Amino acid sequence: MRDFIAYLFGKGRGRSVRAQMRRMRGREFLSRVYRNKTAFAGSVIVLVFALVALIGQSVVRFDLGVTGQTGAERWLPPSAAHWLGTDHLGRDLFGFLVAGAGVSMLVGAVATAISMVIGTVVGVVSGYFGKWIDVLLMRLTDFMLCIPWLPLCMVLAAILGSSLVNIILVIGLTGWAGSARLVRAQTLSVKEMAYVERTVSIGAKSGHIMIKHILPNVFPVVFANTVLSAAAAISTETTLSFLGLGDTSRPSWGMILYYANATSAVAKGAWWYFLPAGVCVVLVVLGLTLMSYAFDEILNPRLKER
Amino acid sequence: MQARRILNKLFYMLVTIFCVLVFNFVLFRLLPGDIITRLERTTKVSEEALKNLAAYYGLDGTLWQQFTGYFGKLARFDLGVSYTYSKSVWSVIASRLMPTVMLLGISEIIAVALGTLFGVVAAWKRGRAVDTGLLSFSLVIYSMPTFWLCMMLILVFCTKLGWFPSMGMYTTGRIFSSTWTYVRDVSHHMALPIVCMSLGMTGEYCVTMRSTMMDVLSEDYITTARAKGFREGYVLRRHAMPNAMLPMVTLVFMNLGFVIAGAVQLETMFAWPGLGMLTYTAIDNRDYTLLQGIFLFTTVSTILANFVADVVYGLIDPRIKN
Amino acid sequence: MEAQTKLLDVKGLRAYFRMGKGALRAVDGVDFGLDYGEALGIVGESGCGKTTSALSICRMLPREGYIAGGEIFVEGIDYARLSDDEIRAHRWKDVSIIFQGAMNAMNPVKRVGFQIAEAIELHEGADRKAAMNRAGDLLELVEIPRDRLSRYPHEFSGGMKQRAMIAMALACGAKLVIGDEPTTALDVMIQAQILDLLERLRRERRMGLILITHDLSILGETCDRIAVMYAGKIVETGTVRDVFDRAAHPYTRRLISCFPRIGGEKVVPEGIDGFPPNLIDPPRGCRFHPRCLEARAACREIEPQTRRLSATHSVACHLAEVKS
Repeated sequence: MRDFIAYLFGKGRGRSVRAQMRRMRGREFLSRVYRNKTAFAGSVIVLVFALVALIGQSVVRFDLGVTGQTGAERWLPPSAAHWLGTDHLGRDLFGFLVAGAGVSMLVGAVATAISMVIGTVVGVVSGYFGKWIDVLLMRLTDFMLCIPWLPLCMVLAAILGSSLVNIILVIGLTGWAGSARLVRAQTLSVKEMAYVERTVSIGAKSGHIMIKHILPNVFPVVFANTVLSAAAAISTETTLSFLGLGDTSRPSWGMILYYANATSAVAKGAWWYFLPAGVCVVLVVLGLTLMSYAFDEILNPRLKER
Repeated sequence: MQARRILNKLFYMLVTIFCVLVFNFVLFRLLPGDIITRLERTTKVSEEALKNLAAYYGLDGTLWQQFTGYFGKLARFDLGVSYTYSKSVWSVIASRLMPTVMLLGISEIIAVALGTLFGVVAAWKRGRAVDTGLLSFSLVIYSMPTFWLCMMLILVFCTKLGWFPSMGMYTTGRIFSSTWTYVRDVSHHMALPIVCMSLGMTGEYCVTMRSTMMDVLSEDYITTARAKGFREGYVLRRHAMPNAMLPMVTLVFMNLGFVIAGAVQLETMFAWPGLGMLTYTAIDNRDYTLLQGIFLFTTVSTILANFVADVVYGLIDPRIKN
Repeated sequence: MEAQTKLLDVKGLRAYFRMGKGALRAVDGVDFGLDYGEALGIVGESGCGKTTSALSICRMLPREGYIAGGEIFVEGIDYARLSDDEIRAHRWKDVSIIFQGAMNAMNPVKRVGFQIAEAIELHEGADRKAAMNRAGDLLELVEIPRDRLSRYPHEFSGGMKQRAMIAMALACGAKLVIGDEPTTALDVMIQAQILDLLERLRRERRMGLILITHDLSILGETCDRIAVMYAGKIVETGTVRDVFDRAAHPYTRRLISCFPRIGGEKVVPEGIDGFPPNLIDPPRGCRFHPRCLEARAACREIEPQTRRLSATHSVACHLAEVKS
């Protein structure tokens, strides 16, 4: 675990040659990101939103419970007082949006973490050990991929209830299959590499090999895929909340859209209700997708030769 | 050789379907608040009536009895009775199937055609304005939640411009003088949902096709074809496309599972009376028997589609055919 | 003495690649030529420009590549000046290329017969049947059974694929055939077979053959003349005997010493220190001087011109002048 965080941030602790190499790779990676326009643009977008998610709520105060006092405050289009207008209950939509950023990004991050951990473990173990473990795990993965994700998520949300934690679990537990496949494919090709065979022949233990040798080489694929998974997770959360399965006690972008739909904002022409939330989702997903494609290019040098 | 491969896949498919059936059973037994327990709590129904209801919905007996009973009924295509519609689940699904198939079918065809075209053009003119434009367009559409795209389209074309209706499959309460007027009415209602659905899918196919095409165009045999003196158009059509279409075919079939997710959102937004809308209704009403039936149907369809994708791929890729 | 048009006469060819940081000068002023029935071998390290030179003849450079200057006369016509349509008419009919067949040089989803016949249909307007017939003849010429016409490339072995590539290259009766590393990735026995086949065909058809390789040992048997390339320039040209026995350029000498001989005393190959230079910003003076053990002051400043050492032998090196 420490190995690839070090890789990512270039902060190797030791003075060994390997640690130095890791530091270089970290710095070099960051400089390549800076130079690649797509990666840079994507990263900037995502960082901006992450920032808003983290500190936004201390700057812009918002409370779901605080509704407009008079009827006149409801359904107001954007103005100086309310930058994005108000909703059907008179709540400030800009605040709603900022607060929603926190929840949506949080769900995206944690759910992705869960699904990536499961997917990577399954992929590496399956690819490394092969034989019946591989067959079993891959059948399981294929099975998960066969089931349409939205109906499954909907049903699970109905079973577990719509709290924030449950939504995170549902998304995380249903989204690992694609990553598992990718990681397994990468593990298989890494396994073929001569130096892994050498390590095996000098009697190293499986666990040691998997963590110290396979994982770092699988990392580029995992990283690019994680970013893509995060995009999918945020999109899924938005959809689930929109369909009424989200946590109604928390603001999120999906919830804004849910309320907008439930109160026929579209028919009323109240574009300020649902346009901004959707745009935010599009921007974040787009940013993450761009990052993922560009990281793939950077970390997989083959692609650059074309 | 080919037959053995297909049989292998067939066997595997049947095993998967069996696992799905079991999973389906387990899943829906875990759902809280089934009808019997709710009725027990809310209304004053006699023990006798409850027992009859339980038997009717297949919720009596031990878990094992329910399990075997479940499979017995499945063999007869008996998926139970829908609580919301008071009809057999199978007939409810069957009645909603056509609208969804129509919608998805037409959208898929449009999306594949456009997506392939855009992807090929983008890959061919790689790095130029066309490529950047198409790629950006596709990525942006791909990043939008389907239902949000629907909202935007409805806002523009229904609320503001009034060109299209935003709900339903046909104008309710209207008497149709002929089949032709009926068809026209349905088409009018179908236009916006199709635009919405195909836009999203086009984006995805364009990005995939572009990527595949770029891979293909960097292969040596393309250089060979050019060295023979063929024009670029011929090289694309006769050498590049056949290779690039292979993964696309697989993708189209395997997309079924994801396309259903889009259908749920789309039909809910447009009140289109198809399977997607039905799913939403079933969850809303906690009609678990119906939900279970829909779930089963869509999952088995996805598995079948994957199987067909596998078989078809084996038929068109000469490297596997022999 | 009649002035017979040479088959190939390349003068001052410069082929560059557009890179973000500047132009990569892959081929920077080379001259070489070929007569009917002659075999020329171009040898050098990876990235020295040999493949680019050969591909330039037919203007087959990738997107980023372009011909920056020079003349390419094939049977008297300057290919460098032709339009796209015109050059396409000449491709395969007059100049064809044998790519590395072992790799993906043949389309995996098209039958081999089709891939040979399509060129015939294009350049000679033949119909499918006639073209397929010819394709069958060509396969037999390279000792592949006729029934393989309807098979796919993955059904061929490595050696067979290479022979099919040769058959394909001869489909339209090209007078100049370029073999781009045609024996790399094949085992030694098959290599010998392929080279023999090329030899036979060359003599029978009076084809001009350019053989591109990094493996000097192959050229000894097949070629009449050898051109040694380094960093986008030809450093030495001569007959096989000139180059092997009387190598004048330090690079050539080191290259030859890398290939151990069977007879004679046992000498451990030395290899050449260093790496090929950056072609966007090549070294001043002689491009080999950073790696050359005999470099002098002049080598670092002035680029050596090509000097004739004999009727057949020329070299671009300051030291060679001193000796002669």
